[in-house]
Amino acid sequence: MTILATTQRAIPRVSSRPTRPPIPLLLLAGLVALLALVPLVYLFVRAIDGGLDAFAPLLRPRTLELIVSTVTLGLAVIIGAVGVGVPLAWLGVRTDLPARRVWSILAIAPLAVPSYLLAFAFVGAFAPRGWMTTLLESLGAAMVPSVYGFGGTVLVLSLATIPYVVISTRAALMRLDPATEEAARSLGRGPWAAARTAVVPVIVPAVGAGALLACLYAISDFGAVSILRYDTLATAIYSQYRFSFDRSGAAALALLLLSFALLLVWAEGRVRRRAALATPHGRKRVPEPVKLGHWRWPAIAFSAVIATLSLGIPVVTIALWLGDGLMRGVELEVGLEALRDSLVLAGSAALLAVVLAVPLAHLVVHFPGRWSTLTERLLYAVYAIPGISLALAVVFFTLGAVPALYQTLFALILAITLRYLVQSVGALRGPMLQVSPRTVEAARSLGEGPVGVLRSVTLPLLRPGLVAGATLVLLSGLKELPLTLLLAPPGTSTLATELWDAAREAFYAQAAIPAALLLGISFISVGLLVRRGEVEI
Amino acid sequence: MSRSRALVAAMVMSALLATIAGPALAEDADGALTVYSGRSESLVGAVLESFTAATGIEVRTKYADTAELAAILLEEGSRSPADVFFAQDAGALGAVADAGLLDRLPSELLARVPPKFSDPDGEWVGLSGRARTAAYTTREDLELPDSILGFTDPAWSGRIGWAPANGSFQSFVTALRIIEGEETASAWLTGILANDPVGYPRNTAAVEGVAAGEVDVAFVNHYYLLRLLAEQGDDYPVAQVFFAGGDPGALVNVAGVGRLTSTDQPEASATLIDYLLGMEAQRYFSESTFEFPLIEGILADERLPELSSIDAPDVDLSALADLQGTVKLLREVGAID
Repeated sequence: MTILATTQRAIPRVSSRPTRPPIPLLLLAGLVALLALVPLVYLFVRAIDGGLDAFAPLLRPRTLELIVSTVTLGLAVIIGAVGVGVPLAWLGVRTDLPARRVWSILAIAPLAVPSYLLAFAFVGAFAPRGWMTTLLESLGAAMVPSVYGFGGTVLVLSLATIPYVVISTRAALMRLDPATEEAARSLGRGPWAAARTAVVPVIVPAVGAGALLACLYAISDFGAVSILRYDTLATAIYSQYRFSFDRSGAAALALLLLSFALLLVWAEGRVRRRAALATPHGRKRVPEPVKLGHWRWPAIAFSAVIATLSLGIPVVTIALWLGDGLMRGVELEVGLEALRDSLVLAGSAALLAVVLAVPLAHLVVHFPGRWSTLTERLLYAVYAIPGISLALAVVFFTLGAVPALYQTLFALILAITLRYLVQSVGALRGPMLQVSPRTVEAARSLGEGPVGVLRSVTLPLLRPGLVAGATLVLLSGLKELPLTLLLAPPGTSTLATELWDAAREAFYAQAAIPAALLLGISFISVGLLVRRGEVEI
Repeated sequence: MSRSRALVAAMVMSALLATIAGPALAEDADGALTVYSGRSESLVGAVLESFTAATGIEVRTKYADTAELAAILLEEGSRSPADVFFAQDAGALGAVADAGLLDRLPSELLARVPPKFSDPDGEWVGLSGRARTAAYTTREDLELPDSILGFTDPAWSGRIGWAPANGSFQSFVTALRIIEGEETASAWLTGILANDPVGYPRNTAAVEGVAAGEVDVAFVNHYYLLRLLAEQGDDYPVAQVFFAGGDPGALVNVAGVGRLTSTDQPEASATLIDYLLGMEAQRYFSESTFEFPLIEGILADERLPELSSIDAPDVDLSALADLQGTVKLLREVGAID
């Protein structure tokens, strides 16, 4: 609705862009920013509450090692996710790769595989005597490298976060107007030089945004790193709660982790600002796909290897769990209630996220400035806080401010939405560029009413972003664990919590069904995303 | 998206929010007990259901990690909606009790279990016993030492699995410090670390590491192996040993339960604890979770020695609640962060 408000005000001054955001937009952004500020305030309160002792963990020499291991992991995951994600996105959007829609789905679907499940599956497959190790050894492999430690962790977390880079890069590639590239060619540039001037400036911010999400995911992850035995600041934060019941020390460490996260966010912001001038305003036609020729075989092999690792291994693992359970006659329950609760939770969070993300993206794109930057950075901070700390912050805030909402589904949905909102805002940023006030003014001057503009101009332009933004939050919400465990009304269970509950007691046959359902929903929703995205022109 | 579809979406959204917020606001009106369970639903869900069937008292359970629930309880303080805290180890109960959040239990309930399996202040009571053991591979003939202290022998280099981040392991180290003294405990840890042990995140993973041949022996709780035998079949290549002679390596800890001071249903909470200490629930713990029942008249699994026959070291379990010293020691020697 705020979009309408701006357009109405803009009518009399056709040529001038509004420079000051409308009040309702600022109020909404302010509200979101305040909510996003809650976890930060909580961490400060807890850390200070612990007095000087709280900061003791920061002074241990071990903490320096953990900073190094966290930073190294973050950077390695950026390299892994970008190095694989960008080629996958390009193959899926700009080439004649056979069955590219299928490959695109396979590139994005791992988003719904929880990283702890992926890590579990990798340990089951690649540990000594794991099924994959046995297979490789029977094929003559001399030594299968250890899945534990740095290498395995980078591999698993890169695989888990490649979809972030694929989604954002795909969106940018689809918005690219081939005319720019052709103009560069007609001015005498070679194909590489033309790509450098016309393509790179457009996709760099998108790749940067995906890489940032991937990196923040990796440094705040607890499940996969603990299973793969790689210590980071996030594991140290959990250790504070687990060993010492020390919430203050944990808060101090979480602030340390956040300062690193915010440094990354700031760096990404600089990349984006430098590239901002080159942003395109929509394209007029679909470019000719690049003919791969003989290169299509290595391209297929590359896509297949990645899909095998990120989906094949968990799928086979789940099938083995299931088959094993059926053979031994284990009674398997199909958790339909958990399926329903998962869909309600993640679905509501996804809807709420896009509803909030549209005005926020409008603010960020059309009124860049101090307020929009601050709001966006706070949302990144919420995304990067380890789950347990965020859950405690929500406890602290709801009990203190709105006790009636404590441990209600509403508060849980709000918490999940806030945690992943930055993904929706990011997905809408590109499409929002095309809804410039000028486009809207043009539609108005052709006689469309405000509702007509919304229906025939704004929403169609935003649709790919709306679908992508909702899907991202939906998939994140489906696999979400710490917030759901700690904040849901007692008695609630989701597919993710059922999977966790069974897997932590090694009841793998029981874990198989929620895991399979989780993957099934993921495929369906990613399939919809790709189909919906493809019609965009 | 057309306007009508946007409208439908908005209606669905508000309908969802209404259904979600509605029942939640009416919480506790129906008299259900709220239990925070650090034990998983796969293990104790059935026993809580049979409690409801037996007494008619509804139970709403929040299942999560024991230590994380303790953190939530500490954050909630006196405003906690929880009535009962069902914890996997005495340490978490101790931490919550130390914050003054647990209520004294009726002495009739405390008297059901041997005194060393409940809180001396009467604020929590043990429900089931869990002994420390060494799980070892049966793929080859191993010469096992008589005591957990024997694993510092360099012959065990590269063959030991452990879970130093695990609460029950830390309770064991605390017991080791109390029984053998700080220096011996520190020397033992250093000796084990010199043997390059493989660190696992959880006990199950450590036993699975033994089965997979990653290590030859793992220091774990006794029931993981029995569960894996039930899950994987009897040809699972792992066995376990209970050390004798009051060895700290055979420490018996408990999973237990406490009633929160913030409860608005102290009597129903006591009824639940009474049920969990009754014949039916104790038999369930013995037969389904393979733990040691703590009340008289119920036997442990036939593959296990009787609890009274395990020559467990004599330690005050509530002293194990103080993990600070252990954590400090584990950090100093470099076993954990």
